Amino acid sequence: MIRQLYILVLLIAATVQGNATIHLVKAGESIQAAIKKASAGDMIKVYPGTYREKGILIDKQLVLIGIDFPVLDGEKKYEILTITADHVVIEGFEIIRSGYSSMDELAAVRIKEANYVGVRKNRLRDNFFGIYCQHARYALISDNHITSNGTSELEAGNGIHAWKSDHLVIQNNFISGHRDGIYFEFVTESTITNNQSHKNIRYGLHFMFSHQDIYTQNTFSENGAGVAVMYSRQVTMFHNKFLDNWGSAAYGILLKDISDSKAAFNEFARNTAAIYMEGSSRLSIYANRFVQNGYGIRIQASCDNNTISKNNFIANSFDIATNGSLVLNSFDENYWDKYEGYDLDKDGVGDIPYRPLSLFALIVERNNSAMMLFRSPMVGLLERAEKIMPGITPEKLKDSKPQMKPLPL
Amino acid sequence: MKKIIKYSLLDILRNRIILAYTLLLALVSISLFLLEDNPAKAIMSLLNISLLIVPLVSSIFCTIYLYNSAEFIELLVAQPIKRSRLLWGVYLGMITALLVALLLGIGLPLLILHPASTSLHLFLISCALTVVFASLATLSAVLTRDKAKGIGLSLLLWFYFTFIFDGLVLLVLFQLADYPLDTAMIGMSMLNPIDMARIGMLLQLDISAMMGLTGALFQDFFGTGAGLLLITFVMLIWMAFPILLAVRRFKNKDL
Repeated sequence: MIRQLYILVLLIAATVQGNATIHLVKAGESIQAAIKKASAGDMIKVYPGTYREKGILIDKQLVLIGIDFPVLDGEKKYEILTITADHVVIEGFEIIRSGYSSMDELAAVRIKEANYVGVRKNRLRDNFFGIYCQHARYALISDNHITSNGTSELEAGNGIHAWKSDHLVIQNNFISGHRDGIYFEFVTESTITNNQSHKNIRYGLHFMFSHQDIYTQNTFSENGAGVAVMYSRQVTMFHNKFLDNWGSAAYGILLKDISDSKAAFNEFARNTAAIYMEGSSRLSIYANRFVQNGYGIRIQASCDNNTISKNNFIANSFDIATNGSLVLNSFDENYWDKYEGYDLDKDGVGDIPYRPLSLFALIVERNNSAMMLFRSPMVGLLERAEKIMPGITPEKLKDSKPQMKPLPL
Repeated sequence: MKKIIKYSLLDILRNRIILAYTLLLALVSISLFLLEDNPAKAIMSLLNISLLIVPLVSSIFCTIYLYNSAEFIELLVAQPIKRSRLLWGVYLGMITALLVALLLGIGLPLLILHPASTSLHLFLISCALTVVFASLATLSAVLTRDKAKGIGLSLLLWFYFTFIFDGLVLLVLFQLADYPLDTAMIGMSMLNPIDMARIGMLLQLDISAMMGLTGALFQDFFGTGAGLLLITFVMLIWMAFPILLAVRRFKNKDL
């Protein structure tokens, strides 16, 4: 589907070049005037320079190409580009300093009720919202470099913001310094591929009520609170990296009320909690790497029918934490570096089950103040005793086929 | 007093046990840093070890040394020396020797292998624990005449502060689970020098992010300049109170 969409946008570009006029805009001239003069299907080429135009409205099918990154400056007052027509392409601009407002969500580029729009290879700097899709369908947002230097959640907007849209393709973008790197609300059947979301104030990626979306090969690192996927169904998360989301309220990924989704082949490293699951059901979490996290998976008792299998858990402080004794999820066939069992028949599977829930993790979930005893020798002693004779940790929370060697992931 | 300090210091430094202690510490710290490629983790492991070993060695060693030099002390009591000066002298000699061992065993390897503020912190914490447990050991040696009882008492103190206290905290936490105990925990931690040392150190490491609300409260409280001052102050009380009590008892003790 991605490829079809890509070809479609390219085709539009190609046909436009084929039989339409090309308008040139030089420094000092007005882009808006050129848009007015042009007819649908034309191309506008913009020469280098700084253009301060108090908001440009693109209301017909046009291709806007910047040569050597002409600068569109919003002077911290205006929305810079607003696209209301189908089949518009914006490419090669440097779009800076959009307006800030606490009433309106002013953006550098707004796609408003338009289909088949492409925003490619632009540089966005110091904007409130970066690219804003509102009732957009079949849009392609790719190869943009989006940075801002927001300091607080209130004063910063989202890098790529999509609301009530569908069939979006967002790929190869770099987003940093915004509130949320990528924000999805009521966005369906969209693809997020190969983006880097780094050091955003709140979430690297934020999903709300967005079903049937796919995100693959993205890297989310050092964001204030990691990635949040909430109230969605049928989300596919493959080959992503969740790195260094470290802080007292940070997660690699927060899964809240997610169902029928898949997370596989991801890497979670150095997060406070790699996965935090709440109210989620029927997820398959397999073939992921959990390395050096505070918690591997914090799975609340409100989760059911989740399958956690064939993952590698290496050097995490706690592999699993949960707050209840009811276990409705399965944890089979993982590799746990803390496993101390043996394998007599040499089939690569440990002969005695592994219990990934440590007593102290359970105590802390029940009584948060007990964290005062973190790393106390007393706690070490208790955990030893519990390992030998499990009495408090849930009997059913175990991996009955623990792997002896790390899985090749 | 200076002469007594000098004498007992030299006496202890010639002792094989203190040499073995220094070597053990040095071996542990060097091998931890060579085995572990992540220095933060090595510091963590070293913290675990020094929280266990340093108080244990310091209390056992001091009690045994005091009993072994009972004759020397009795001899000096017969001389025109104030009793308080005498005990202070032996005590200061002991802690100086232990601190030298610590400096060579932990301080120097840390300085060479991982010169950072967390290392300094770890070293200072170990020093503080050494002094606190030397004071407690001196107190238990002065309180009991019987050698076995005295060593037992100081062992019991070590065991109490390392294991029993934390168990009691856990018990209290679960008995009073319905009450907000997060701030009370700060007070509880001050009742145990080992806990205070451990928490103070954990807050320096980035692992503190895992400690959730309690961790944040501790960070808020101990992370500020005033909090640090308070930690130092409470530690000083832990160092001073047992030894002052011991000196008081020693003055009137029937030797």
